[in-house]
Amino acid sequence: MSKIKIENLYKSYNSRSGRITALEDVSLTVEQNEFVTLVGPSGCGKSTLLKIVGGLIRPSRGRLIYDGAPLLQPTRDVGIVFQEPVLLPWRIALDNVLLPAEILGLDLAGSKARAIELLKLVGLQGFESSYPRELSGGMQQRVALSRALVHNPSVLLMDEPFAALDAMTREEIGFELLRIWDMHKKTVIFVTHNIVEAILLADRVVAMSPRPGRIAKIVKIDLPRPRTLGMEFTQEFKAYSDEIRSVIYHSGTVAA
Amino acid sequence: MTTEPSTNLPEEFEELEPRSSLAFAIIGPALTILALIALWEVLVRWSGIPSWLLPAPSAIGDTMVNWRAELMRHSLVTLYEVIVGFALSIVVSVPLAVAVVYSPFLQNTIYPILLALQSMPKVAIAPLLVLWIGFGALPKILVVFLVCFFPIVVATASGLSAVPPALIDLIRSLSASSYQTFIKIRFPTALPHIFVGFKIAITFAVIGAVIGEFVGSDQGLGYLILISTSQSLTPLAFGALLILTVMSIVLYYAVEFTEHLVVPWAPKN
Repeated sequence: MSKIKIENLYKSYNSRSGRITALEDVSLTVEQNEFVTLVGPSGCGKSTLLKIVGGLIRPSRGRLIYDGAPLLQPTRDVGIVFQEPVLLPWRIALDNVLLPAEILGLDLAGSKARAIELLKLVGLQGFESSYPRELSGGMQQRVALSRALVHNPSVLLMDEPFAALDAMTREEIGFELLRIWDMHKKTVIFVTHNIVEAILLADRVVAMSPRPGRIAKIVKIDLPRPRTLGMEFTQEFKAYSDEIRSVIYHSGTVAA
Repeated sequence: MTTEPSTNLPEEFEELEPRSSLAFAIIGPALTILALIALWEVLVRWSGIPSWLLPAPSAIGDTMVNWRAELMRHSLVTLYEVIVGFALSIVVSVPLAVAVVYSPFLQNTIYPILLALQSMPKVAIAPLLVLWIGFGALPKILVVFLVCFFPIVVATASGLSAVPPALIDLIRSLSASSYQTFIKIRFPTALPHIFVGFKIAITFAVIGAVIGEFVGSDQGLGYLILISTSQSLTPLAFGALLILTVMSIVLYYAVEFTEHLVVPWAPKN
């Protein structure tokens, strides 16, 4: 059984300039523990699609099947990471990670042990008692990643999580994410506008095109795992990259 | 001094730090104020301006010492009005702001009324309060309340609405109750904003008490200023004015100190 099944999804908004179609006839099936990246220029609806999968927005039409059942409201089985870490400045790193556990009413002693372990996993051992303002952007985003995993969801939704980081931190944290994903298997849907990042992380890259947002092509990435930085310069990688670039740019306007 | 710029430059930067923090922050202003007071003293003595028109600092000091018991009594009256009025405005404004933020109905009905109330000059309301409630501390407390009330409501309401959208999404994805959202996210997010409201309000509070006392009272520093100027006891009026200023500054820093304790994560201003 597929983990997430999106069937003929439409989403449109009312705006001042009339009705805007953010997503048009999107269908996508994501398998259990698959790593899928959504890539495309701004306005292609990739973030909207992610929010619909998280149950945060209702689609205008179409169905979202989650573990075989239609999803009508947010589910606890999802962890979310946004572009900004949005940590609570009055909480230390550990207590920030524990926020979902508190809200969900999980056993706090067990959650705390898990939170400490997660912070260790993302390389923040010794920073449990640091306040967000004492951490760098990359460290804050690692805390946010730990927070998304603390309640052990089976799905991880990531909305351009590394876009605000500098290039080096971004590569480093990307490989860390893969390592964590390898240890604690999750179904990951990862939104990015960076094609290299999309290929390097994914089992499948979903290339989207804008206005209206739709899936232009789904590319299966057959690079071996574990992925390495050097793969970026192989012929194979370049072929994927060219393929994705051509569908994104061919099927719509070039991103402004 | 060496002529090598490469070794010279960092040394100068190191020196800049302590000099700017200590000397410029405390000694500089203190010396300036002392110099101005000295200048005032000299000018008054040299020009022969009568004391009932503009008293010299030394005359003000003498009067304050002689009248210290009276000044103390009136100060405590004003301080009491300020603190009770300010506390009352906190107790009313913060819950009201919460209600306004959570209820679109209240937002549409109460907010315009609040705005109208705020637009009325408090000096003009004060005589009415005396008319309705009479003399005593209560009308002054109400004037203080009225001047403090609005900034706190506005600051609290804007603070409660200042939660980043991504955080709202995160909380919603966890199906948090609105109580959880309020306690864990919204209220702490609003706290630094609320303290901005408190700080604005406390600077108005002393003014409010004096307005109340001007309109009708038989005690308080505002009353003392009114009486002493009408009896040509100008140095005493200056003394009362000085105490009001110090009271206002001390109260402001008391609020700021409390802010520092309650919301250490607040952005520094």
